[in-house]
Amino acid sequence: MSSSKWLAVFAAACVLVLGLAACGGGDSSSSSSSAGESSETESGGGGGEAPSTEASGEIAGAGSTAQEAAQKAWIAEFENANSGATISYDGVGSGGGREKFIAGATAFAGSDTPLSEDEGELGKAIKRCGPGELIEVPDYISPIGIVYNLPGVEELKLTPETLAKIFNQEIENWNDPEIEKENEGVELPDTRIVPVNRSDESGTTENFTDYLSQAAPSIWKHEVSGEWPVKGGEAASGTSGVIEAVSAGEGAIGYADASQAGELGKALIQVGSDWAEPSPEAAAKVLDLSKEDPELEKGQKNVIAFEIDRKTEASGVYPIILVSSLIGCTKYKSADEAALVKAYFEYAISPEGQELAAEAAGSAPLSSQLTKKVEAAVGAIE
Amino acid sequence: MTPPPDSSVAEAPDRSIFTQETGAGGTLPKWAPWGAFVGSLVFAGAVEAALGWFTIALMLVFGALIAIFAIYAWSRTVEGRRHAKDRAVTMAIATAFGVSMAPLISLLYEVIKRGAAGINWEFFTTTSRGAITGGGAEHAIVGTLIITACAVVISVPIGIMAAIYMNEYGRGPLRRALTFFVDVMTGIPSIVAGLFAYALFELFLGPGIQMGIMGSLALSVLMIPIVIRSAEEVLKIVPDHLREASYALGTPKWKTIVKVVLPTAFAGLVTGVMLATARIIGETAPLLVTTGVVTSLNTNPFDGRMQNLAVYAYNEYRSPGVMKQASYDRAWAAALTLIVIVMLLNVVARLVYRRYKTEIR
Amino acid sequence: MAHLDTTTNAGQLLAAASGGRRRQGDRIFSNIAVIAAVTILALLAGVAIFLVTEGLPALTASSSELPKGESFLSYVAPLAFGTCLAGVLAMVIAVPLAVAVALFITHIAPARLALWLGFVVDLLAAIPSIIYGLWGIFVLGPAVVPAMKWLEAKLGFIPIFEGPASITGRTMLVVGLVLAVMILPIVSAVAREVFSQTPRKLQEGAQALGATRWEMIKTTVWPFGRSSVMSGAMLGLGRALGETMAVAIILSVSGGVSFNLISQANPSTIAANIALNFPESSGLAINLLIATGLVLFVITLGTNFLARWIISRSEVK
Repeated sequence: MSSSKWLAVFAAACVLVLGLAACGGGDSSSSSSSAGESSETESGGGGGEAPSTEASGEIAGAGSTAQEAAQKAWIAEFENANSGATISYDGVGSGGGREKFIAGATAFAGSDTPLSEDEGELGKAIKRCGPGELIEVPDYISPIGIVYNLPGVEELKLTPETLAKIFNQEIENWNDPEIEKENEGVELPDTRIVPVNRSDESGTTENFTDYLSQAAPSIWKHEVSGEWPVKGGEAASGTSGVIEAVSAGEGAIGYADASQAGELGKALIQVGSDWAEPSPEAAAKVLDLSKEDPELEKGQKNVIAFEIDRKTEASGVYPIILVSSLIGCTKYKSADEAALVKAYFEYAISPEGQELAAEAAGSAPLSSQLTKKVEAAVGAIE
Repeated sequence: MTPPPDSSVAEAPDRSIFTQETGAGGTLPKWAPWGAFVGSLVFAGAVEAALGWFTIALMLVFGALIAIFAIYAWSRTVEGRRHAKDRAVTMAIATAFGVSMAPLISLLYEVIKRGAAGINWEFFTTTSRGAITGGGAEHAIVGTLIITACAVVISVPIGIMAAIYMNEYGRGPLRRALTFFVDVMTGIPSIVAGLFAYALFELFLGPGIQMGIMGSLALSVLMIPIVIRSAEEVLKIVPDHLREASYALGTPKWKTIVKVVLPTAFAGLVTGVMLATARIIGETAPLLVTTGVVTSLNTNPFDGRMQNLAVYAYNEYRSPGVMKQASYDRAWAAALTLIVIVMLLNVVARLVYRRYKTEIR
Repeated sequence: MAHLDTTTNAGQLLAAASGGRRRQGDRIFSNIAVIAAVTILALLAGVAIFLVTEGLPALTASSSELPKGESFLSYVAPLAFGTCLAGVLAMVIAVPLAVAVALFITHIAPARLALWLGFVVDLLAAIPSIIYGLWGIFVLGPAVVPAMKWLEAKLGFIPIFEGPASITGRTMLVVGLVLAVMILPIVSAVAREVFSQTPRKLQEGAQALGATRWEMIKTTVWPFGRSSVMSGAMLGLGRALGETMAVAIILSVSGGVSFNLISQANPSTIAANIALNFPESSGLAINLLIATGLVLFVITLGTNFLARWIISRSEVK
C-alpha cells in the first residue's frame, strides 16, 4: 500500500539526516563554538592567564546549582585553553556535592553553605583530605533580589521589618498602611499579596531566611534552613520557577537570584539610612565587612568561611546575598589531579574568571581584598 | 477449562434490545451528525455572545454537549430509541476524543514553536564542550540513543521471557507473586529507580561511579513492568486453538511458543516495547543521579559520564545563565528532538505492525 | 486459560511423543523463562531491600533527631495524602477518556484514519516529563486560572473548590489534569490493543442479530476487554503515583492535608518531595526521603492488591 511506502521513505530520510549529523560532527572545536563569540581571542588576549604548561587530565566536581551557570562558563573557557583537560560539574545540589566530596567520589565541590559540624561534615571533610589539607574558599557571590509584580509601581521601598511581615503572611494586602508609609507618593493597588517561595530546598532560601532572622528578629522567629518554613504561600521549584511564578501573577513577590529577574521590579531594601539596590558591587562589599567564623574554620588554615554580617548599616552595601564556596583538598592521591584542580581553582577565582562568571551568570566578582586572601589559600594546593 | 468468551453473548442481559422496535424506522441523512454538531456550536456561541461570556473553548465544550442531546432528540423521532442511543453515544465518544486531543495539540504546538527557535545545524553537530553560550546537543543526542538502546537490550528479552513464563508456564505461587509484583514495579518513582541503580553500582565499584550503563539499568527498572504487562495482555489474547493445533501436530512446547504464539502476538509485542521505550526516553530524574553531566561526547556506556537529551534540556532550563533565551531555546529544541526520535521509532513500529499483524478469526 | 498441561496424562503423552531431544529443548526454554521471572523478582527485591536499608535509620530515629523535628508519621502523612489525591484525580479523568479514545480509534473512525490517530495518541507518551511540567506552568496553569476563579465564586461551598484561587494556576487540579494527560496514552494503548483484538465472529454475530454499533460494543467488545482495560488503568495509576519531575516543577507545595484543589497551598507528593529535597540533603535527611519512598512502595502494593481484588470479582468467568 502506498501509504506504508511513503512512511518507509520518510523514515529512511530522517534516519539518514540524523546519522549524517551524528557522524559529521565531533567535539566542538573552538572555532565552531558559540556564535559570534571569539573565545579564542578572549582567552589568549585576556592578559597572561594562559598557564605556561597546559593542564591535562580529568576531574569531576559536583554541588550547588546556584554556581552551575558560572561553573559551566569556567569549564568551557578552561577546556578551551587546556585541550587535554576534561572537567565535569554536576549540579546535584550543595548537599549532594558535599556528600560526594566527603565520600571521595569527586575532586571538588561547590556548596552554598560552608561545611559545618551539623552532620559532622566538617570533621569528615578534614578526614577525607587529611588534617590541615582541607580548602574551602568563596568563589561565587550573588545578590538575592526581592522581585515583585506590580504594574505601574516603578520603585518599591521595604524595611527589613516590613519584608519579614510580608513573607510571614502578617501583611496581606499591598495597600497596607505599613507599606504605604515607606513609599510616599506611590500608588499601591488594593491587591492580595502572594508571597512566592522555593519549594525545593535551596541555598537561596537559607541565605534569605538568615537575613530575615538577623535583620528582623522580632518578627522572623523561624529557624534558618534551606527549607522555607512558612506554609500557605505560592511555592515554585528552582530560581526559574520563582521568576515565572512572580511574573504570572499580579501582586506576587518573591526572592531569587537578582541576575535572573528580567523584567520584574526589584525592591530597594533599607540598610541603615540608605535604600540599597541589589547590585553586584554592593553585594561583594558585604563580605569585606564580615568576619570569618572560627566555628566554621576550625583552625584549618586554608578554610575561609564567613559569618555574613547582615545587620550592617554601612552605605553602598546590599546584605541579602548568597555566598557559594569551592571545596577541595590541598593534597590529592595523584600529583596530576592536584595540578589540574589547582589550575582550575586559580582560574575560577582570578579576576578574568570572575569577570566571565559575572557575564555568564550575573554574579558579583570577588572584591580585590577577598581575592588576595583566596589566592593565598588556593596557592597552597600542591 | 474456562468457557470460551462466546458465552458472554449468550448471556447478554437483555435480549429484547435486539428486537425492540420503536419510532418510525427511518434513517437520518448522512450529514446528520455534522449538522447537529455545527448547529449546536452556533447555538452555544449565540447564547454565549448574548450573555457576554464568549470564548472559543467554552463554545466548543457547550456546543459538543448540546450536540449530543440534539442528535439524540433528532434521531429518536426519526430512527427510534435504540439508534438514537447509538448516535448519541457515538457523538459523546467523538467529543471525548476531541477533548483528549486538545492537550496533545497544545503540547505539540508549544514544543514545535519554541523548539524550532533552537534548531539549527550547530545544535546537531556540536557539543557543549568549550561553549560558554551556544554550543549544541550532539553529545546529548548520541547519549540518549546509546542509553535507550542499552535499556531496550536489557529490558526486552527479560520482559518478554517473563511474560511468556507467566502466560505459558506459570502456575501457582511464583506466577501469582510475579503478576502482583510486576504491578507494584510500575509504581516505583523514577528517582527511586535512579537511586537504586546508583547504590547498586556503588556497592561493587565504589562511590562516585557514573556510567551510561547505570542510567540504562535505572531505565530498565522502569521499562520492564510496562513490557511485561503489555506482552502478557497480548499473549493472553492469542487463542488456545492455535496452540492446541500446534501440539496436536507434535510440536514441542517451546517451538509452539516461538513459532506460533510469538509471531501471532508479534505486532502487539512491538507496540508494548514502543510504549515502554517512549515512556523512558524522556526520563530525567533517574539519569540526573546516575549518568552525570558532561559537556563532551562519550560513546562508551561503560566508561564515564554521558549526557542525554532529557537531562540536557532540564539543565538548560534550570541554569540558563545570563543568555536566558538562548538556553531556553536549546531546552525546547532538545525536547523537540526527543519527540522526533520517538516519532521515528513509532513509524518503524507501525510499519512492522502492519506487515505482521494477524487477525484472529 | 487453557494451555498444554504437562501434568495431565494426555499432555505427557503428547510431550513424550515428541522425543527426547526436543524435551530437552523444552526444558532449556522453560528454564530460561523461569530465570527471567526470577530475575524480575530479584530486581524488585533489590529495590525493596534498598528502600528498607536506606530508610531504616529514619524510621527508627526519634522525632527530635529527624531534620524537621517532627515524627516520621506526621512528615509522611500529608505526602501520602497528596500522592493518592493526585493519583485518584488523574485516574478519574484519564480512564474514561482513554476508553473513549480507544473505542473511537478502533470502532468509529474510518480505518485509514485510525492508523494515524493511534500514532498521534502514542506521541503523547513520548513527551518528556519536564516538558509536561513546563507546559503545565506556562500554558495549562494560566489557562485554567479564570475557570478556577469561577469555581471559587460559584461552587466555593464545596470543600474541593474552597479557594482562594491561585493566581498562577499551579494547583492540585492542574497537576491532576497533567497527570491524566500523561497516563492517557498508556491506558488507551492497552485498551486499543485489546478492543481491536475482539474476535470478529463475536462482533459480526451481534451485528447479524441487528445490534447497533453501540449495542455491539456494549455486549461484545467491552466485556471482552474490560479486565485488560483495568490492567491498563493500573499501569497508568502506577505511572501517576510515581511521577516525579512534572509534579515537582508544577505544584505549589506549601500546605498540608487538604482537599482544596484550586489553592496555592497544596500537599506535595512523595516522589516530587524526594526530587525537590534530595539535592540539598545530606545524612539523615536522605534516609528520611528514602523512607518516604518506601511508604510509596507500600501504597503501590496496597492499591494493586485492591485492584486485583476488584478485577477478580468482576472477571467474566
